[in-house]
Amino acid sequence: MNSTLAILAILDGISYAALVFLVSVGLSLIFGVLRVVNVAHGSLYAYGAYLAATLSIAVAPISPLLTYPALLIASVVIGVTCGGFIERFLLRPVYGREEVLQLLITFAVFMIMDNLQRLIWGVQPIFASEPLKLLPNVRVFGVTYTSYQVVLLPLVAIVTLVGLRYFLRYTLSGAVIMAVTEDREAATAIGIDAQRVYLLTFIIGATLAALGGALALPTTSLVPGMGTDMIVLSFAVAATAGLGQIEGTAVTALMIGLARAFVIYIHPEFEVLVPYLLMVLVLLVRPLGLFGTSKARKI
Amino acid sequence: MPSRLQPMTVAAVIGFTAAAVAPLFVPSWTTLVALILAKAIVVLGIIVLLQAGQVSFGHAMFFAVGAYAAAFWGKYLGIGDLALYLLLGSVLATLSGLVVGLFVVRYREIFFGMLNLAFSMVLWSLLEKMFHYTNGADGIRVARPTVVGMTFSPDAFQFVILYVSLTLAVVAFALVQRYLDSPLGHMLRAIKSNETRLEYLGTSARRVLLAGYVLSAFLGGIGGVLVAVIQGIATPEFGFWTKSGEFVFIAILGGVGHALGAFAGAAVFEIVRFFAAAMLANAWQLILGVVLIVIILFAPNGLIGLVTRSSRAKGDN
Repeated sequence: MNSTLAILAILDGISYAALVFLVSVGLSLIFGVLRVVNVAHGSLYAYGAYLAATLSIAVAPISPLLTYPALLIASVVIGVTCGGFIERFLLRPVYGREEVLQLLITFAVFMIMDNLQRLIWGVQPIFASEPLKLLPNVRVFGVTYTSYQVVLLPLVAIVTLVGLRYFLRYTLSGAVIMAVTEDREAATAIGIDAQRVYLLTFIIGATLAALGGALALPTTSLVPGMGTDMIVLSFAVAATAGLGQIEGTAVTALMIGLARAFVIYIHPEFEVLVPYLLMVLVLLVRPLGLFGTSKARKI
Repeated sequence: MPSRLQPMTVAAVIGFTAAAVAPLFVPSWTTLVALILAKAIVVLGIIVLLQAGQVSFGHAMFFAVGAYAAAFWGKYLGIGDLALYLLLGSVLATLSGLVVGLFVVRYREIFFGMLNLAFSMVLWSLLEKMFHYTNGADGIRVARPTVVGMTFSPDAFQFVILYVSLTLAVVAFALVQRYLDSPLGHMLRAIKSNETRLEYLGTSARRVLLAGYVLSAFLGGIGGVLVAVIQGIATPEFGFWTKSGEFVFIAILGGVGHALGAFAGAAVFEIVRFFAAAMLANAWQLILGVVLIVIILFAPNGLIGLVTRSSRAKGDN
């Protein structure tokens, strides 16, 4: 493997990791607060992408520049409507019941959303790469790459990471979320509305998934199975990092993104194997994930 | 509680008799009934683990091991015998259950589920990518095997595989119900209610869970061989996470309080899918999703829960 290929692999890995991070951190955040593994997370990712495609195809003839806000609007719309609906009407009735039921509710949502997606947007691949073409290409150590992928995507990921950190540490809403995560009963006792916190968190997590999808749109073609593949990948990243770990998710996404990119250039057939193999190896050694911390055993 | 178990036994007898007799009158149901029974055998394994409160989101891996055992036999050794397929599939699934189980029984709840998922996805990607050996996503065709040395025509074979599945299903049903009533089964339930106390009694929770895990892997392997033979194909899809989700879905749909839940759930699941696919080809997944949500929200103990609830209500009168 020569140096050009190595640089290419690193750039591929970084841009891919940025997208995976956005989706996984949403999953991790939802789990951290609600203790629910959202199986429908990949569907939210796919819906973000499909709605972004519909919107950008609609606004592109007016001005290609409008496609950027279209991506953002699509993800917020999906996050608020789908995410809000799932939490408010489907998950809320089953809190306090067995965990498997909450997991299965989101599995049912996944089946429904996956089916609806085929009915709404069809099964033909959809392309919409205006945002990618509008930005110039950049040269990195002699390799030409699109600045959308190596500048914009990592930038969005970093802003999200810092923003989330700031939001959770230094704002009142963030402090409230942290309080509910730490001890729901005590938080409720001092007057925090835990249900509102759950709803808010789920919407934020869902929006991040949809944002990942919307930003992925210019770099890939939309196909029916995209959500199904993304959900296991984001599971792998979130579990490897340790569920609920925000910075850990960023490091792990980068690790898995780079590993996958190098494997693609060396042994392309083993690309899909990489994240799961890493996940097995990490979980065998550190069951709570690389950055997870253990909780005391309750008797 | 014999008064509560009795209606279950009656329901089981009626159900299995219907499975045996109905296809004689409506031959087009033969394959459907065989498929229901084969899947229910896998779901029995999920129910065993759910007793301990553990959800495996990767159990399709043992299902795939069974299916590919039959497929590889056919591909490399030529057409074999169903009995040998079943033997090989169940031995391989049991062994892989033992190996994977040694790792996963150290974990609980979400970590148990995640690690199972990871193992199954490794298997899935290998099946999908080792194109030379597995034909990749196309899968391997499984030719009609002989049955204890006898060759059957396609029409006769439908019935043979139905009655083989039925026999195995009845045996598996009795075995699992017996197991759940045994001390080992009760200890399995204790893992769910309070694992630490179980260990204070001097029992290794890990070993109890491992026994349950290996049993469920064995059942998964049997089901995998049967489904591969019934459908005539084994594909990587058999080991994909959505398949694992489907098995958990069927278990919750039927109800995890009794082994019969696996059969009730599998019957409803496959029948809804069969008719929805025939009438609304594009929306069967949607319908199943809605059914699942309705069951979880309004019948928390599954279909079996409805039966026990009504029989208990009668007892109160």
